Amino acid sequence: MTEKPPKKEKIPRQPMPEQDSQIRKRNFEEVPLGYTKELAVKEAERCLQCKKPSCMEGCPVSIDIPGFIKSIKKGDFAKAVRKIWERNALPAVCGRVCPQEIQCEGKCILGKKGDPVAIGNLEKFVADMEREHGNGELPPKSDPTGKRVAVVGSGPSGLTVAGDLILKGHEVTIFEAFHKPGGVLVYGIPEFRLPKEIVYSEVNTLEKLGVKVECNTVVGKTVSLDELFEQGYDAIYVGVGAGLPRFLDIPGENLIGIYSANEYLTRANLMKAYLFPEYDTPLARGKDVVVFGAGNVAMDSARTAMRLGADRVRIVYRRSRDEMPARSAEIHHAEEEGIEFFLLTAPTRFLGDKNARLTDVECLRMKLGEPDESGRRRPIPIEGSEFKLECDLAVIAVGAGANPLLTKSTEDLKINKWGYIVADPETGKTIKKGVWAGGDIVTGQATVILAMGAGRKASDSIHQYLAWGW
Amino acid sequence: MFEILERQDMADGTVVLNEISAPLIAEKAEPGQFVILKANETGERIPLTMADTDPNKGTITIIYQIVGKSTALFKSLQVGERFQDVIGPLGEPTHIEKLGTVVCVGGGTGVAVLHPITRGMKEIGNHVIAIIGARNKDLLILEDKMKAASNELHVCTDDGSYGHHGFVTDVLKDVLEEEDVKLVVAIGPVPMMKFVCSVTEKYKVKTFVSLNPIMVDGTGMCGCCRVSVGGKTRFACIDGPEFDGHEVDFDELMQRLQAYKEQESVAYEKFLHE
Ligand SMILES: Cc1cc2nc3c(=O)[nH]c(=O)nc-3n(C[C@H](O)[C@H](O)[C@H](O)COP(=O)(O)OP(=O)(O)OC[C@H]3O[C@@H](n4cnc5c(N)ncnc54)[C@H](O)[C@@H]3O)c2cc1C
Ligand code: SF4
Ligand code: FES
Repeated sequence: MTEKPPKKEKIPRQPMPEQDSQIRKRNFEEVPLGYTKELAVKEAERCLQCKKPSCMEGCPVSIDIPGFIKSIKKGDFAKAVRKIWERNALPAVCGRVCPQEIQCEGKCILGKKGDPVAIGNLEKFVADMEREHGNGELPPKSDPTGKRVAVVGSGPSGLTVAGDLILKGHEVTIFEAFHKPGGVLVYGIPEFRLPKEIVYSEVNTLEKLGVKVECNTVVGKTVSLDELFEQGYDAIYVGVGAGLPRFLDIPGENLIGIYSANEYLTRANLMKAYLFPEYDTPLARGKDVVVFGAGNVAMDSARTAMRLGADRVRIVYRRSRDEMPARSAEIHHAEEEGIEFFLLTAPTRFLGDKNARLTDVECLRMKLGEPDESGRRRPIPIEGSEFKLECDLAVIAVGAGANPLLTKSTEDLKINKWGYIVADPETGKTIKKGVWAGGDIVTGQATVILAMGAGRKASDSIHQYLAWGW
Repeated sequence: MFEILERQDMADGTVVLNEISAPLIAEKAEPGQFVILKANETGERIPLTMADTDPNKGTITIIYQIVGKSTALFKSLQVGERFQDVIGPLGEPTHIEKLGTVVCVGGGTGVAVLHPITRGMKEIGNHVIAIIGARNKDLLILEDKMKAASNELHVCTDDGSYGHHGFVTDVLKDVLEEEDVKLVVAIGPVPMMKFVCSVTEKYKVKTFVSLNPIMVDGTGMCGCCRVSVGGKTRFACIDGPEFDGHEVDFDELMQRLQAYKEQESVAYEKFLHE
């Protein structure tokens, strides 16, 4: 009797080791602990190495995904990360914050029947390996061209432009309004999701390549775009993000204890208010917290409040679960940490005590009606369904708009009716000669990878301009 | 950058003047604009309206009262030491134009901010009457400079230890009775500005005030500095800091300034202890 060879067993998707939810909900350390080499190789082995990889179609910057996964399978992590770098300079960031479930992983063929390859986890793994154990070798730089480029804003789109153009031999200076570079990556996204170490190490690499970073420079106030040209810059990239908080416009919004998500997260992350009084910036530590909105910003605010010692944190959202725009991993993590969801609920007014401190928010129940312009079913208030939620802290995370500070000081820059800069989607060119724009200030608040993609297109166009003219 | 070139204790050590090297800001700044300063890595971002600038020397001057941990930390910085970060110039400058008779009213350290505005108002050809006040003689600042910057100076102290015995509003009423005043600019503690505005409202004289809410970025990205003006929410850092005083909700501003009272005293006591 001959024994049948055992059938090759299907490897399941390797789960990401994580901090226990009950412990992590009170600390600011990163939630995922990262793959080990063994886990990474095992996960990489699941990839079918498709001839026509559909995952790549889902990636906004077309990373050679099967290519880098193949190198992981062979244990050549250094080669894997270099493969990613060809298309994406910040894999340690993207592996952590991209909405993979609607991008690469959403398109992975394995996802049709089971779980897709954990592309994001693998991307994070190789980037972390390189940062922690790599030889620190810098990519080669072209000969100096003598051209000077100013990059305004140091978020992911600005960093991408700076990285691309310094390698092409141009002189690059980044001007940043805040006292630290990184944009939303440092002031918005919390430590437990994206350790600031990682962002600083990326900025540090750019500086080693020769990029100058001038913080504390508010372009439009400290210096104008035209003055930058007068100072001898040949081209300017504007990547100032969507830095205008949106409020709810309901009564009582100026009571003490009500924050825009921008303020709440900036205090917590950039100013390190979670370390008060070791750090000087204070932040209200709510016991009963309500967060409005259901995007990544709302999840980040809610989970920050939980870590600052709240007893209850509730997310209030007008629409239903299916419409929540946050990454699925963040929603899942938030639920594990005990965040409650009040869906189909909209706030109508805030109430406070005699010292103007927040005590309650009054809300209305909603039901879903016909689809609106965005294709999502429009929430309609149910009359007479008012109820109150007790709270001593509220965070408003219902989106951001265009900050007018720079555009107001630059008259010959065209803006659309919402205040975003008008730029060619293929090149990032604005109507002002020598000025490009991209990222959230053009598209409205979007994603890190889209901001980087816009930066890449603009840097190609800037490089061409510096060689051939406008 | 941001080295302290000159330092002076004023008003019995309760107020400090720093002249700071900040050439880019000095070149651009106009009266009424502010800067945000952060002393060190763990420091807080504190907005202060500039008291003076010298584009030739590349310096800006700030004058601040010691009210908590951050200003006490600023006070501890000596000549030759640096602020880690100074950002500016921020906010809209004061609209300085020739109107006729203009009254500039200042209280406490507000006088420091009022000084360049007073000077500007006089230089452009206004007849400027200045009224400054303090709790007592020792706390009064910049009397000589205000005298030089204005056509007429009145000094008040709450306890009568110097000048007119009483509030700036007493003198203001007399001036409003006697003169054809086109504009009042009032800068000082919130209750003082509120008081001035209630007086000038009766005389229907336009009044500008400079607001000092709590801020974070100073560039309009957080909304921390929101104030109600004419029933609308405005951001003091980009729409202000100056507003039409008759439209400002001073009570709300006073309450919002109390937001971190507890934490502030915890931090201050810890600092004094260390
Ligand atoms: C809390 C939060 C969580 C998010 N989570 C995710 C996520 O999980 N995944 C994801 O893909 N996306 C996420 N996003 C969105 C993503 O961060 C943004 O789309 C992206 O950062 C946009 O990049 P940017 O380079 O256009 O601008 P930003 O990152 O906003 O950077 C702009 C920079 O310009 C500076 N600046 C502004 N004005 C001036 C001026 N006048 N002069 C000089 N500098 C100026 C700003 O200070 C800032 O540093 C999140 C956003 C927030 C706020
Ligand atoms: S960059 Fe984002 S979309 Fe592209 S492969 Fe990585 S995780 Fe997927
Ligand atoms: S201080 Fe943040 S918006 Fe004014």
